[in-house]
Amino acid sequence: MTASALQELHKGIWKENPVFVQVLGMCPMLAVTNSVINAIAMSLATFFVLVGSSFLVSLCKDLIPHQVRISCYIIIIATFVTVADFTLQALLPAVHKELGAFIALIVVNCIILGRQEAFASKQPVGLAVADAVGTACGFTLALVCLGSIREILGNGSLFGIGLFGPHFEPWVVMILPPGGFITLGLLLLFFNWLQETRRQRRATAQPSADEGVTAG
Amino acid sequence: MSELVWIFVSALLVNNFVLSYFLGLCSFFGVSGKLETAFRLGLANTFVMLITAVAAWALNTFVLVHAPYLRLISFIVVIASTVQFVEMVIKKLSPALFQALGIYLPLIATNCAILALAIFATNRGYGLLEGLVFALGAGGGGTLALVLMASLREEAELADIPSLMKGTALNLIIAGILSLAFMGFAGLFSQA
Repeated sequence: MTASALQELHKGIWKENPVFVQVLGMCPMLAVTNSVINAIAMSLATFFVLVGSSFLVSLCKDLIPHQVRISCYIIIIATFVTVADFTLQALLPAVHKELGAFIALIVVNCIILGRQEAFASKQPVGLAVADAVGTACGFTLALVCLGSIREILGNGSLFGIGLFGPHFEPWVVMILPPGGFITLGLLLLFFNWLQETRRQRRATAQPSADEGVTAG
Repeated sequence: MSELVWIFVSALLVNNFVLSYFLGLCSFFGVSGKLETAFRLGLANTFVMLITAVAAWALNTFVLVHAPYLRLISFIVVIASTVQFVEMVIKKLSPALFQALGIYLPLIATNCAILALAIFATNRGYGLLEGLVFALGAGGGGTLALVLMASLREEAELADIPSLMKGTALNLIIAGILSLAFMGFAGLFSQA
Protein backbone atom coordinates (compact mmCIF):
# COMPACT_ATOMS: atom_id res chain seq x y z
CA MET A 1 0.00 0.00 0.00
CA THR A 2 2.65 2.51 1.03
CA ALA A 3 4.93 1.27 -1.72
CA SER A 4 2.29 1.80 -4.40
CA ALA A 5 1.39 5.19 -2.93
CA LEU A 6 5.05 6.19 -3.19
CA GLN A 7 5.06 4.92 -6.76
CA GLU A 8 2.07 7.11 -7.66
CA LEU A 9 3.84 10.07 -6.06
CA HIS A 10 7.03 9.49 -8.03
CA LYS A 11 5.13 8.89 -11.28
CA GLY A 12 3.41 12.27 -11.09
CA ILE A 13 6.61 14.17 -10.37
CA TRP A 14 8.90 12.67 -12.98
CA LYS A 15 7.82 9.87 -15.32
CA GLU A 16 4.41 11.34 -16.15
CA ASN A 17 5.13 14.97 -15.37
CA PRO A 18 1.91 16.75 -16.33
CA VAL A 19 3.70 19.60 -18.08
CA PHE A 20 6.89 18.24 -19.63
CA VAL A 21 5.64 14.79 -20.58
CA GLN A 22 1.87 15.08 -20.98
CA VAL A 23 1.89 18.75 -22.08
CA LEU A 24 -1.30 19.61 -20.17
CA GLY A 25 -2.35 22.74 -18.34
CA MET A 26 -0.39 25.10 -20.53
CA CYS A 27 -2.70 28.10 -20.21
CA PRO A 28 -2.14 28.94 -16.53
CA MET A 29 1.45 27.85 -16.74
CA LEU A 30 2.59 30.23 -19.45
CA ALA A 31 0.51 33.10 -18.17
CA VAL A 32 1.77 33.27 -14.60
CA THR A 33 5.41 32.25 -14.91
CA ASN A 34 6.85 35.72 -15.50
CA SER A 35 8.23 35.64 -11.95
CA VAL A 36 9.03 32.93 -9.41
CA ILE A 37 6.71 34.37 -6.75
CA ASN A 38 3.72 34.22 -9.09
CA ALA A 39 4.67 30.71 -10.16
CA ILE A 40 4.79 29.55 -6.54
CA ALA A 41 1.45 31.17 -5.62
CA MET A 42 -0.16 29.55 -8.63
CA SER A 43 1.30 26.12 -7.78
CA LEU A 44 0.11 26.37 -4.19
CA ALA A 45 -3.43 27.19 -5.31
CA THR A 46 -3.38 24.35 -7.85
CA PHE A 47 -1.95 21.98 -5.23
CA PHE A 48 -4.82 22.75 -2.86
CA VAL A 49 -7.50 22.39 -5.53
CA LEU A 50 -6.06 19.19 -7.01
CA VAL A 51 -5.55 17.39 -3.70
CA GLY A 52 -8.90 18.56 -2.30
CA SER A 53 -10.93 17.57 -5.32
CA SER A 54 -9.14 14.23 -5.76
CA PHE A 55 -9.93 13.44 -2.13
CA LEU A 56 -13.59 14.38 -2.47
CA VAL A 57 -14.11 12.70 -5.86
CA SER A 58 -12.52 9.49 -4.63
CA LEU A 59 -14.68 9.63 -1.48
CA CYS A 60 -17.90 10.18 -3.46
CA LYS A 61 -17.12 7.92 -6.42
CA ASP A 62 -19.92 5.46 -5.58
CA LEU A 63 -22.50 8.22 -5.14
CA ILE A 64 -21.93 9.96 -8.49
CA PRO A 65 -23.95 8.53 -11.43
CA HIS A 66 -21.77 7.71 -14.42
CA GLN A 67 -23.71 9.87 -16.92
CA VAL A 68 -23.30 13.16 -15.07
CA ARG A 69 -19.85 12.53 -13.60
CA ILE A 70 -18.03 15.26 -15.53
CA SER A 71 -20.48 17.94 -14.37
CA CYS A 72 -20.16 16.71 -10.79
CA TYR A 73 -16.35 16.82 -10.97
CA ILE A 74 -16.45 20.35 -12.38
CA ILE A 75 -18.75 21.55 -9.62
CA ILE A 76 -16.49 19.99 -6.95
CA ILE A 77 -13.43 21.59 -8.57
CA ALA A 78 -15.17 24.97 -8.90
CA THR A 79 -16.03 24.88 -5.18
CA PHE A 80 -12.40 24.34 -4.20
CA VAL A 81 -11.26 27.04 -6.62
CA THR A 82 -13.71 29.52 -5.11
CA VAL A 83 -12.25 28.75 -1.66
CA ALA A 84 -8.68 29.17 -2.95
CA ASP A 85 -9.59 32.40 -4.75
CA PHE A 86 -11.13 34.04 -1.69
CA THR A 87 -8.36 32.80 0.63
CA LEU A 88 -5.64 34.24 -1.58
CA GLN A 89 -7.53 37.50 -1.92
CA ALA A 90 -7.71 37.79 1.88
CA LEU A 91 -4.13 36.73 2.67
CA LEU A 92 -2.04 38.04 -0.23
CA PRO A 93 -4.02 40.75 -2.05
CA ALA A 94 -0.97 41.92 -4.05
CA VAL A 95 -0.27 38.47 -5.50
CA HIS A 96 -3.98 37.93 -6.13
CA LYS A 97 -4.14 41.11 -8.13
CA GLU A 98 -1.13 40.11 -10.22
CA LEU A 99 -2.48 36.65 -11.00
CA GLY A 100 -5.82 38.21 -11.89
CA ALA A 101 -8.39 35.92 -13.44
CA PHE A 102 -5.95 33.02 -13.66
CA ILE A 103 -6.78 31.72 -10.17
CA ALA A 104 -10.44 31.41 -11.21
CA LEU A 105 -9.30 29.73 -14.41
CA ILE A 106 -7.86 26.79 -12.42
CA VAL A 107 -11.39 25.38 -12.85
CA VAL A 108 -10.71 24.66 -16.50
CA ASN A 109 -7.12 23.44 -16.02
CA CYS A 110 -7.15 20.13 -17.88
CA ILE A 111 -4.64 18.57 -15.46
CA ILE A 112 -7.16 18.63 -12.63
CA LEU A 113 -10.16 17.27 -14.52
CA GLY A 114 -7.84 14.76 -16.18
CA ARG A 115 -6.68 13.32 -12.83
CA GLN A 116 -10.28 13.04 -11.59
CA GLU A 117 -11.45 11.23 -14.71
CA ALA A 118 -8.40 9.02 -15.16
CA PHE A 119 -7.50 8.20 -11.58
CA ALA A 120 -9.44 9.53 -8.58
CA SER A 121 -12.81 8.24 -9.83
CA LYS A 122 -11.53 4.65 -9.85
CA GLN A 123 -9.11 4.42 -6.92
CA PRO A 124 -9.32 4.36 -3.11
CA VAL A 125 -8.88 7.64 -1.22
CA GLY A 126 -5.26 7.06 -0.14
CA LEU A 127 -3.97 6.34 -3.63
CA ALA A 128 -6.02 9.18 -5.14
CA VAL A 129 -4.48 11.68 -2.73
CA ALA A 130 -0.97 10.31 -3.37
CA ASP A 131 -1.52 10.64 -7.11
CA ALA A 132 -2.83 14.18 -6.70
CA VAL A 133 0.14 15.19 -4.53
CA GLY A 134 2.55 13.72 -7.08
CA THR A 135 0.91 15.44 -10.03
CA ALA A 136 0.72 18.74 -8.14
CA CYS A 137 4.43 18.48 -7.26
CA GLY A 138 5.25 17.78 -10.89
CA PHE A 139 3.27 20.86 -11.89
CA THR A 140 5.04 22.93 -9.21
CA LEU A 141 8.43 21.73 -10.42
CA ALA A 142 7.63 22.75 -14.00
CA LEU A 143 6.22 26.14 -12.97
CA VAL A 144 9.15 27.03 -10.72
CA CYS A 145 11.59 25.90 -13.41
CA LEU A 146 9.94 28.04 -16.09
CA GLY A 147 9.38 30.96 -13.71
CA SER A 148 13.03 31.04 -12.62
CA ILE A 149 14.39 30.92 -16.17
CA ARG A 150 12.07 33.69 -17.32
CA GLU A 151 12.67 35.90 -14.28
CA ILE A 152 16.47 35.49 -14.37
CA LEU A 153 16.74 36.24 -18.08
CA GLY A 154 13.95 38.77 -18.41
CA ASN A 155 14.42 40.75 -15.23
CA GLY A 156 17.89 39.78 -14.01
CA SER A 157 16.50 38.75 -10.64
CA LEU A 158 15.23 35.80 -8.63
CA PHE A 159 12.48 36.17 -6.00
CA GLY A 160 12.69 39.89 -6.78
CA ILE A 161 16.35 40.13 -5.69
CA GLY A 162 18.74 41.47 -8.33
CA LEU A 163 21.41 38.96 -9.39
CA PHE A 164 23.70 40.57 -11.89
CA GLY A 165 24.33 44.11 -10.69
CA PRO A 166 23.53 47.36 -12.48
CA HIS A 167 25.25 46.59 -15.81
CA PHE A 168 22.91 43.75 -16.69
CA GLU A 169 20.68 44.54 -19.66
CA PRO A 170 17.42 42.60 -19.03
CA TRP A 171 16.15 40.45 -21.86
CA VAL A 172 12.67 41.90 -21.57
CA VAL A 173 11.01 39.67 -24.14
CA MET A 174 11.43 36.69 -21.80
CA ILE A 175 8.85 38.03 -19.33
CA LEU A 176 6.50 38.97 -22.15
CA PRO A 177 4.19 36.37 -23.78
CA PRO A 178 6.57 35.27 -26.61
CA GLY A 179 9.25 34.40 -24.05
CA GLY A 180 6.81 32.00 -22.38
CA PHE A 181 6.11 30.09 -25.57
CA ILE A 182 9.74 29.95 -26.62
CA THR A 183 11.12 28.95 -23.19
CA LEU A 184 8.61 26.12 -22.88
CA GLY A 185 9.38 25.02 -26.45
CA LEU A 186 13.10 24.84 -25.70
CA LEU A 187 12.50 23.02 -22.39
CA LEU A 188 10.38 20.41 -24.22
CA LEU A 189 13.15 20.08 -26.79
CA PHE A 190 15.61 19.45 -23.95
CA PHE A 191 13.34 16.75 -22.47
CA ASN A 192 12.94 15.11 -25.90
CA TRP A 193 16.72 15.08 -26.22
CA LEU A 194 17.14 13.52 -22.76
CA GLN A 195 14.65 10.77 -23.60
CA GLU A 196 16.20 10.18 -27.00
CA THR A 197 19.75 9.80 -25.68
CA ARG A 198 18.50 7.48 -22.92
CA ARG A 199 16.68 5.36 -25.50
CA GLN A 200 19.77 5.21 -27.71
CA ARG A 201 21.96 4.22 -24.81
CA ARG A 202 19.54 1.41 -23.96
CA ALA A 203 19.44 0.36 -27.62
CA THR A 204 23.23 0.13 -27.78
CA ALA A 205 23.34 -1.70 -24.44
CA GLN A 206 20.77 -4.27 -25.62
CA PRO A 207 22.65 -5.94 -28.55
CA SER A 208 25.85 -6.34 -26.55
CA ALA A 209 23.86 -8.14 -23.84
CA ASP A 210 22.39 -10.44 -26.50
CA GLU A 211 25.85 -11.15 -27.83
CA GLY A 212 26.92 -12.06 -24.32
CA VAL A 213 24.09 -14.61 -24.16
CA THR A 214 24.90 -16.19 -27.51
CA ALA A 215 28.59 -16.23 -26.72
CA GLY A 216 27.89 -17.86 -23.36
CA MET B 1 -18.96 54.36 -30.13
CA SER B 2 -15.19 54.72 -30.12
CA GLU B 3 -15.24 52.85 -26.82
CA LEU B 4 -16.85 49.86 -28.56
CA VAL B 5 -14.36 49.97 -31.43
CA TRP B 6 -11.53 50.04 -28.92
CA ILE B 7 -12.89 47.00 -27.06
CA PHE B 8 -13.23 45.12 -30.35
CA VAL B 9 -9.78 45.86 -31.76
CA SER B 10 -8.13 45.38 -28.40
CA ALA B 11 -9.60 41.88 -28.02
CA LEU B 12 -8.95 41.05 -31.68
CA LEU B 13 -5.32 42.14 -32.03
CA VAL B 14 -3.61 43.94 -29.18
CA ASN B 15 -4.66 41.64 -26.36
CA ASN B 16 -5.25 38.57 -28.48
CA PHE B 17 -6.69 35.88 -26.20
CA VAL B 18 -4.48 33.09 -27.50
CA LEU B 19 -1.20 34.83 -28.22
CA SER B 20 -0.95 37.33 -25.40
CA TYR B 21 -3.21 35.95 -22.64
CA PHE B 22 -2.39 32.25 -23.26
CA LEU B 23 -6.04 31.24 -23.25
CA GLY B 24 -7.46 28.26 -25.10
CA LEU B 25 -4.06 26.74 -25.81
CA CYS B 26 -5.24 23.12 -25.68
CA SER B 27 -7.47 23.42 -28.72
CA PHE B 28 -5.04 25.91 -30.28
CA PHE B 29 -2.35 23.22 -30.43
CA GLY B 30 -4.78 20.32 -30.80
CA VAL B 31 -6.87 21.42 -33.79
CA SER B 32 -4.44 23.61 -35.71
CA GLY B 33 -3.17 20.75 -37.86
CA LYS B 34 -5.61 21.44 -40.70
CA LEU B 35 -6.69 24.86 -41.91
CA GLU B 36 -10.30 23.91 -42.65
CA THR B 37 -11.03 22.39 -39.23
CA ALA B 38 -9.18 25.17 -37.44
CA PHE B 39 -11.36 27.81 -39.08
CA ARG B 40 -14.57 25.99 -38.20
CA LEU B 41 -13.53 25.45 -34.60
CA GLY B 42 -12.80 29.16 -34.41
CA LEU B 43 -16.33 29.91 -35.58
CA ALA B 44 -17.90 27.46 -33.10
CA ASN B 45 -15.79 29.04 -30.35
CA THR B 46 -16.95 32.53 -31.31
CA PHE B 47 -20.56 31.40 -31.27
CA VAL B 48 -20.25 29.90 -27.77
CA MET B 49 -18.50 33.10 -26.63
CA LEU B 50 -21.37 35.27 -27.86
CA ILE B 51 -23.94 33.16 -25.99
CA THR B 52 -21.72 33.13 -22.90
CA ALA B 53 -21.41 36.92 -22.97
CA VAL B 54 -25.22 37.27 -22.90
CA ALA B 55 -25.55 34.61 -20.21
CA ALA B 56 -22.82 36.16 -18.05
CA TRP B 57 -24.46 39.57 -18.32
CA ALA B 58 -27.87 38.15 -17.39
CA LEU B 59 -26.46 36.19 -14.45
CA ASN B 60 -24.53 39.19 -13.14
CA THR B 61 -27.48 41.55 -13.46
CA PHE B 62 -30.37 39.43 -12.28
CA VAL B 63 -29.13 36.43 -10.31
CA LEU B 64 -25.75 36.97 -8.71
CA VAL B 65 -26.34 40.38 -7.17
CA HIS B 66 -26.80 38.86 -3.75
CA ALA B 67 -24.50 35.87 -4.06
CA PRO B 68 -21.24 36.84 -5.81
CA TYR B 69 -19.44 33.81 -4.34
CA LEU B 70 -21.52 31.56 -6.59
CA ARG B 71 -20.23 33.30 -9.73
CA LEU B 72 -17.61 30.78 -10.78
CA ILE B 73 -19.86 27.76 -10.26
CA SER B 74 -22.83 29.25 -12.08
CA PHE B 75 -20.66 30.43 -15.00
CA ILE B 76 -19.18 27.03 -15.54
CA VAL B 77 -22.57 25.33 -15.38
CA VAL B 78 -24.02 27.78 -17.92
CA ILE B 79 -21.05 27.32 -20.25
CA ALA B 80 -21.24 23.53 -20.04
CA SER B 81 -24.93 23.55 -20.91
CA THR B 82 -24.42 26.04 -23.77
CA VAL B 83 -21.77 23.80 -25.26
CA GLN B 84 -24.07 20.81 -24.95
CA PHE B 85 -26.75 22.82 -26.76
CA VAL B 86 -24.40 23.94 -29.56
CA GLU B 87 -23.26 20.36 -29.95
CA MET B 88 -26.85 19.20 -30.49
CA VAL B 89 -27.56 22.01 -32.97
CA ILE B 90 -24.43 21.33 -35.03
CA LYS B 91 -25.10 17.60 -35.02
CA LYS B 92 -28.60 18.25 -36.38
CA LEU B 93 -27.69 20.93 -38.94
CA SER B 94 -24.30 19.79 -40.20
CA PRO B 95 -23.27 16.22 -39.36
CA ALA B 96 -20.11 16.64 -41.47
CA LEU B 97 -18.86 19.54 -39.35
CA PHE B 98 -19.77 17.57 -36.24
CA GLN B 99 -17.54 14.72 -37.45
CA ALA B 100 -14.67 17.06 -38.31
CA LEU B 101 -14.57 18.77 -34.92
CA GLY B 102 -14.75 15.47 -33.04
CA ILE B 103 -13.67 15.56 -29.40
CA TYR B 104 -12.80 19.26 -29.51
CA LEU B 105 -16.44 20.29 -29.71
CA PRO B 106 -17.42 19.07 -26.20
CA LEU B 107 -14.01 20.27 -25.01
CA ILE B 108 -15.00 23.87 -25.75
CA ALA B 109 -16.65 23.60 -22.33
CA THR B 110 -13.24 23.37 -20.67
CA ASN B 111 -11.67 25.89 -23.02
CA CYS B 112 -10.31 28.52 -20.68
CA ALA B 113 -10.96 31.28 -23.22
CA ILE B 114 -14.71 30.98 -22.72
CA LEU B 115 -14.64 31.16 -18.94
CA ALA B 116 -12.02 33.92 -19.09
CA LEU B 117 -14.30 35.93 -21.36
CA ALA B 118 -17.09 35.79 -18.78
CA ILE B 119 -14.72 36.68 -15.93
CA PHE B 120 -13.00 39.55 -17.77
CA ALA B 121 -16.35 40.99 -18.84
CA THR B 122 -17.50 40.86 -15.20
CA ASN B 123 -14.31 42.36 -13.79
CA ARG B 124 -14.33 45.22 -16.29
CA GLY B 125 -18.02 45.92 -15.67
CA TYR B 126 -19.11 45.53 -19.29
CA GLY B 127 -22.80 45.93 -20.14
CA LEU B 128 -24.69 43.77 -22.63
CA LEU B 129 -23.58 45.56 -25.80
CA GLU B 130 -19.98 45.92 -24.66
CA GLY B 131 -19.95 42.24 -23.66
CA LEU B 132 -21.18 41.18 -27.10
CA VAL B 133 -18.59 43.30 -28.89
CA PHE B 134 -15.89 41.96 -26.58
CA ALA B 135 -17.00 38.37 -27.34
CA LEU B 136 -16.96 39.06 -31.07
CA GLY B 137 -13.45 40.52 -30.87
CA ALA B 138 -12.10 37.73 -28.67
CA GLY B 139 -13.70 35.05 -30.85
CA GLY B 140 -12.42 36.70 -34.02
CA GLY B 141 -8.94 37.00 -32.51
CA GLY B 142 -8.99 33.33 -31.52
CA THR B 143 -10.08 32.34 -35.04
CA LEU B 144 -7.35 34.54 -36.56
CA ALA B 145 -4.70 32.92 -34.36
CA LEU B 146 -5.98 29.42 -35.17
CA VAL B 147 -6.00 30.10 -38.92
CA LEU B 148 -2.49 31.62 -38.90
CA MET B 149 -1.13 28.76 -36.83
CA ALA B 150 -2.78 26.12 -39.03
CA SER B 151 -1.37 27.70 -42.19
CA LEU B 152 2.14 27.82 -40.71
CA ARG B 153 1.90 24.22 -39.55
CA GLU B 154 0.76 23.05 -42.98
CA GLU B 155 3.88 24.70 -44.39
CA ALA B 156 6.08 23.20 -41.67
CA GLU B 157 4.83 19.71 -42.59
CA LEU B 158 6.71 20.05 -45.89
CA ALA B 159 9.93 21.36 -44.39
CA ASP B 160 12.91 19.27 -43.35
CA ILE B 161 12.90 19.47 -39.56
CA PRO B 162 15.17 17.57 -37.15
CA SER B 163 13.17 14.72 -35.63
CA LEU B 164 13.79 15.95 -32.06
CA MET B 165 12.13 19.23 -32.90
CA LYS B 166 8.93 17.79 -34.37
CA GLY B 167 5.62 18.01 -32.50
CA THR B 168 4.87 20.22 -29.56
CA ALA B 169 8.32 21.79 -29.22
CA LEU B 170 8.16 23.17 -32.76
CA ASN B 171 4.54 24.29 -32.36
CA LEU B 172 5.43 26.20 -29.20
CA ILE B 173 8.27 28.00 -30.90
CA ILE B 174 6.08 28.87 -33.92
CA ALA B 175 3.50 30.22 -31.46
CA GLY B 176 6.23 32.24 -29.76
CA ILE B 177 7.21 33.88 -33.03
CA LEU B 178 3.55 34.58 -33.89
CA SER B 179 3.10 36.11 -30.47
CA LEU B 180 6.18 38.25 -31.04
CA ALA B 181 4.59 39.48 -34.27
CA PHE B 182 1.34 40.30 -32.49
CA MET B 183 3.25 42.37 -29.94
CA GLY B 184 3.75 44.83 -32.77
CA PHE B 185 0.09 45.77 -32.44
CA ALA B 186 0.69 47.03 -28.91
CA GLY B 187 1.47 50.52 -30.20
CA LEU B 188 -1.79 50.71 -32.13
CA PHE B 189 -3.62 52.47 -29.31
CA SER B 190 -2.31 54.88 -26.77
CA GLN B 191 -4.86 53.71 -24.15
CA ALA B 192 -7.88 55.50 -25.62
